[in-house]
Amino acid sequence: MAELLVIAGQRGGELLMSSLEAITAARGVKQAGDTLAVAIIAADPQAYVGALSAEGVDEVIAIKATDDFQPDLIEAAIMALAGARKPALIVTAHGVDAWSFAPAAAVKLDCGLATDVQALRREDGELVVTRAGYAEKVLVDVDFPGKQTVLLTIRTNVFQPASGSSAPKVTEMVPPTADIATTHEGWKSPADAGGIDISGAEFILSIGRGVGDESNVEQFLQLAGSMGATLGCSRPIADSGWLPKARQVGQSGQLAASCKLYIAMGVSGSVQHQWGMKHVENIVAVNTDPEASIFSIARYGIVGDMFEIAEELENHF
Amino acid sequence: MKIMVAVKQVAFLDDEFEIRDDGRDVGEDFFEKDLNEFDHFSVEQAMLIKEAAGGDAEVVIVIVGDEDADDALRTALAKGADRGIRVWDDALAEADGIAVAKVLAKLVEREKPDMVFTGAQSADFGSAVTGMALAGFLGWPHAAVVSNLDYASGARTATLRRELEGGLEEIMTIRCPAVLSIQLGINQPRYASLRGIKQAKQKPVDELSLDDLGLSAAEVAPASRVRRMYAPERGKAELITGSAAEQAARLAEIIKELRGM
Ligand SMILES: Cc1cc2nc3c(=O)[nH]c(=O)nc-3n(C[C@H](O)[C@H](O)[C@H](O)COP(=O)(O)OP(=O)(O)OC[C@H]3O[C@@H](n4cnc5c(N)ncnc54)[C@H](O)[C@@H]3O)c2cc1C
Ligand SMILES: Nc1ncnc2c1ncn2[C@@H]1O[C@H](COP(=O)(O)O)[C@@H](O)[C@H]1O
Repeated sequence: MAELLVIAGQRGGELLMSSLEAITAARGVKQAGDTLAVAIIAADPQAYVGALSAEGVDEVIAIKATDDFQPDLIEAAIMALAGARKPALIVTAHGVDAWSFAPAAAVKLDCGLATDVQALRREDGELVVTRAGYAEKVLVDVDFPGKQTVLLTIRTNVFQPASGSSAPKVTEMVPPTADIATTHEGWKSPADAGGIDISGAEFILSIGRGVGDESNVEQFLQLAGSMGATLGCSRPIADSGWLPKARQVGQSGQLAASCKLYIAMGVSGSVQHQWGMKHVENIVAVNTDPEASIFSIARYGIVGDMFEIAEELENHF
Repeated sequence: MKIMVAVKQVAFLDDEFEIRDDGRDVGEDFFEKDLNEFDHFSVEQAMLIKEAAGGDAEVVIVIVGDEDADDALRTALAKGADRGIRVWDDALAEADGIAVAKVLAKLVEREKPDMVFTGAQSADFGSAVTGMALAGFLGWPHAAVVSNLDYASGARTATLRRELEGGLEEIMTIRCPAVLSIQLGINQPRYASLRGIKQAKQKPVDELSLDDLGLSAAEVAPASRVRRMYAPERGKAELITGSAAEQAARLAEIIKELRGM
């Protein structure tokens, strides 16, 4: 009998949907007799109980504090919960919030830690998890010898959000005292898209760092135009100012939500880029590196030079 | 006033590679190594703060790694940082972000910097652990994925933006000293000048062992262990072969078919 603990999250009073994916991940290694508890810190934590009462959830722990993101508070709450309950497993989504608190919580607990986990299972009773390495070119199975507690952050968009319903026990927890070193001052929304609509585009041609130089960008804008595609890009292209941020596809950019055909040229296929496009049914990858991870999610692959392919392609449109 | 910047030498795989006989890593002949991309931005941020203070700040680069890692350290020094510290011990061969953070915490205790930067993540394993684990060991204020920073050398607080999903950013103030993990795009990193590269060779670099830091091998145990490493199942990508002209012709066909043109 062990306790599994999921740390759910909210942003500005809205549940982070990746919390439901973390529940699914934890549920996958729940054994008979284990209990699954989900904790949420918010100004009105009771408001999340319904959404978190998914199948397999035995308890929701409501911690009434603030909607502001305060890593010090979350870490203190994890410490308090771990001290009282000795969970075998603590799971949270590998969203940007967890990047701030999960490693700090792990060292304070002296527990096992693996981040950006994409699969979990037991091998002969031992927890073994899978994550990627070397720019997604290999997979690594890791375990946690001698650790009573293991903290995992779960790659988003891999597990289905938990569904179904349960009637969990609801426990109210007084927020622990914590030395809060950060103050929320506000939000900054992304700059105006200037008419560029990645999320609405059905056909996207995206370019990555393989484009090499700013002066090479123009020919792909033209190619996209003649093919009737919207030009997208990976983050380094936007960071360099070669294309506006509104064209960036990925976790910190746009989701290619309506896209049916996505051609990625000179894009390696980092997890953050994939976040925005791996769901697209027809992905074509053009890359000089046959081992680039973009090929693992593509329907069609061309191992080749994006400039040669682009030049030839122009003759057909 | 002192800023400490932790940098990592990351490994990229050659186009073809083989897994080592023990099945737990790639064989050492198949790597290219380089300074982590994120660390170009954190070094640059430290240099900007130093320059805004009229040079009245010391930028110390720290790295945990064997002799090989000297290249990454010198690359950072070539951009204008003042000096370096490299820590190595064979007991660190399987170090993860937690173990590295333990070592870095000792360096912070020795150096007493006013601010510590790390990269948001490493380009090879993408753990995003080291910086915030360091803050955990120190009990310092911390923020990850910092995409904008307003901090004057030695100030008691800083205002920063944390980059969230979907391009949204959160504005927050944080007490200093703090550990911040720096995101891509926060600035435009400079290239080292030829003069900088030459000077970097002369800059002082302390080489320390775990012993020097009063750490035992047991204290730098990682928080996880690699059981096995393997190449992922390659998806179902149908390869389009032939000359560039043939490949493009087939691609044009696919586009026209799927777009109903
Ligand atoms: C919190 C966070 C959020 C992020 N958000 C995003 C995001 O929203 N979107 C995003 O894209 N990234 C994002 N990133 C960055 C991400 O980690 C990668 O750094 C980035 O996606 C890499 O872009 P790339 O594939 O263009 O470049 P690289 O990884 O450098 O790949 C370039 C590719 O081009 C190929 N190539 C080179 N020359 C040619 C040629 N002539 N023809 C064909 N192929 C060629 C190479 O083989 C290589 O595969 C984020 C990172 C973090 C930490
Ligand atoms: N061996 C190391 N030596 C010094 N700093 C490191 C080392 N490994 C990681 N870091 C720091 O931690 C950041 C993120 O790395 P990671 O936690 O491995 O994703 C890097 O950009 C560095 O700033």
